[in-house]
Amino acid sequence: MTFPNFDLKPPVRILARGGVLSTLTGMSPYFESYLTVGAFAVLGAILVMVMLGIAAVLRPTNPTTTKMLTYECGVDPVGSGWSQSYVRYYVFGLLFVIFDVEAVFIFPWAIVLDELGTFGLVEMSIFIGILILGLVYAIRKGVLRWE
Amino acid sequence: MSAFLSDLFANFWVSLAGKLLLVALMIPLVGMVIGYAEMKLSAKMQARVGPYFAGGRWGWAQLIADGVKFFQKEDLIPEEADRPVFKIAPVLVLISTVALLVVIPFGPGIIFRDLSVGVFYALAISSLSTVGILMAGWSSGNKYSLMGGLRAAGQLIAYELPLVLAVIGSVMLAGTMSMSGIVEAQIEAGYPYLIIQFVGFGIFMVAALAELSRIPFDMPIAESELVMGYLTEYSGFRFLFFFLAEFANMFTLSAIAVTLFLGGYWLPGIPEDVLAYAGPVIVLAKTFLLVFAMIWFRWTFPRFREDQLQSLAWKWLIPLALANIIITGAFKVYL
Repeated sequence: MTFPNFDLKPPVRILARGGVLSTLTGMSPYFESYLTVGAFAVLGAILVMVMLGIAAVLRPTNPTTTKMLTYECGVDPVGSGWSQSYVRYYVFGLLFVIFDVEAVFIFPWAIVLDELGTFGLVEMSIFIGILILGLVYAIRKGVLRWE
Repeated sequence: MSAFLSDLFANFWVSLAGKLLLVALMIPLVGMVIGYAEMKLSAKMQARVGPYFAGGRWGWAQLIADGVKFFQKEDLIPEEADRPVFKIAPVLVLISTVALLVVIPFGPGIIFRDLSVGVFYALAISSLSTVGILMAGWSSGNKYSLMGGLRAAGQLIAYELPLVLAVIGSVMLAGTMSMSGIVEAQIEAGYPYLIIQFVGFGIFMVAALAELSRIPFDMPIAESELVMGYLTEYSGFRFLFFFLAEFANMFTLSAIAVTLFLGGYWLPGIPEDVLAYAGPVIVLAKTFLLVFAMIWFRWTFPRFREDQLQSLAWKWLIPLALANIIITGAFKVYL
């Protein structure tokens, strides 16, 4: 028995200009990948809608003023729910952006490291070293200190 | 029959429909299995009995009963809430959960879609749920939810980085970002990357726990101080979606760890043609082992304090992960 093949390598036709097209759908495997991902994302949304739809038939709907209040340990909420709060996390947001961009740079480097050899390793060490310096600066500056 | 099946699944549209159906069944099933395991194991670890009556024996139908119950619950949206955002938040969280499953290899050639940027895709998609959680916290119009949402955002972005940096070691060793490519590289190397990447694996698991907001990293939903944080105002099925997403994400993040560090569908000594059939079983066994560890941690460790949690990520995990990258790079270049 052959195992049902989940189109890991679908039948393809090589085009003259070097592209590849699936012989079955006339789309490139690249586009098919996007389509699959898109279909999965849509499925996520549909799952929510279908289940909420079923629930809408079964559940009671009887809103009262008290029920529609936000929860605040049983007493009536004081002031607005969007009260002012100290967003100490914005600094982390800034740090995150820097390091996330760094990660984006490291991934392609990680793949071609074999060809780059020592040169690539030294370059990346310098890059990471500079970023660690930045992190040390932020920590010394007291970003992580909670008073 | 099998040739017919092969032909049928070679058609892109048929196979896509089949995959979507499979995932639509898989997510609730995985959620129920892990939810039940969590209930029973928690009970065991606290010397309780746990679910007992539903279904007649061992309370096996408890989660089904809970699901039916949730269907009948009134769907309350507070007067103060930002309604559209409040409604979209669980959708975003579930989308990220479903889309994450695309790149997990369950056997040789058994994968929903082998993307060439698989690892990168998985990490990018998993951070989509951060947005959903922040939206949920913000839109509820509740002070606890706002605090919980902000904490969640702070925590999830802090631990996103170790998570991303920890997997680079495996990518480096395999020389590819494709998930099944990484498993094949491990088969070729003859050992799971855990042996070299034990630091990466450790960081990945810690960061995954934090990404899931599970104890000891459950500051965003801390029941005792924030009354479930961003979940406070959710009720009925909308509430359930967040839980479904948490349980399913436990499964997917563990499966990603299995793929990157534990050899995926491969076990030493099993011939290639057997792997095609045993693959999914091996992946599930390894994955549930990690899920078990996550549940175990929940009843072992106390909760972190918010500042400890941030310094663990920024002062320890990120520098450690960066050092791991350099050391792995040296290993790769010179050995």
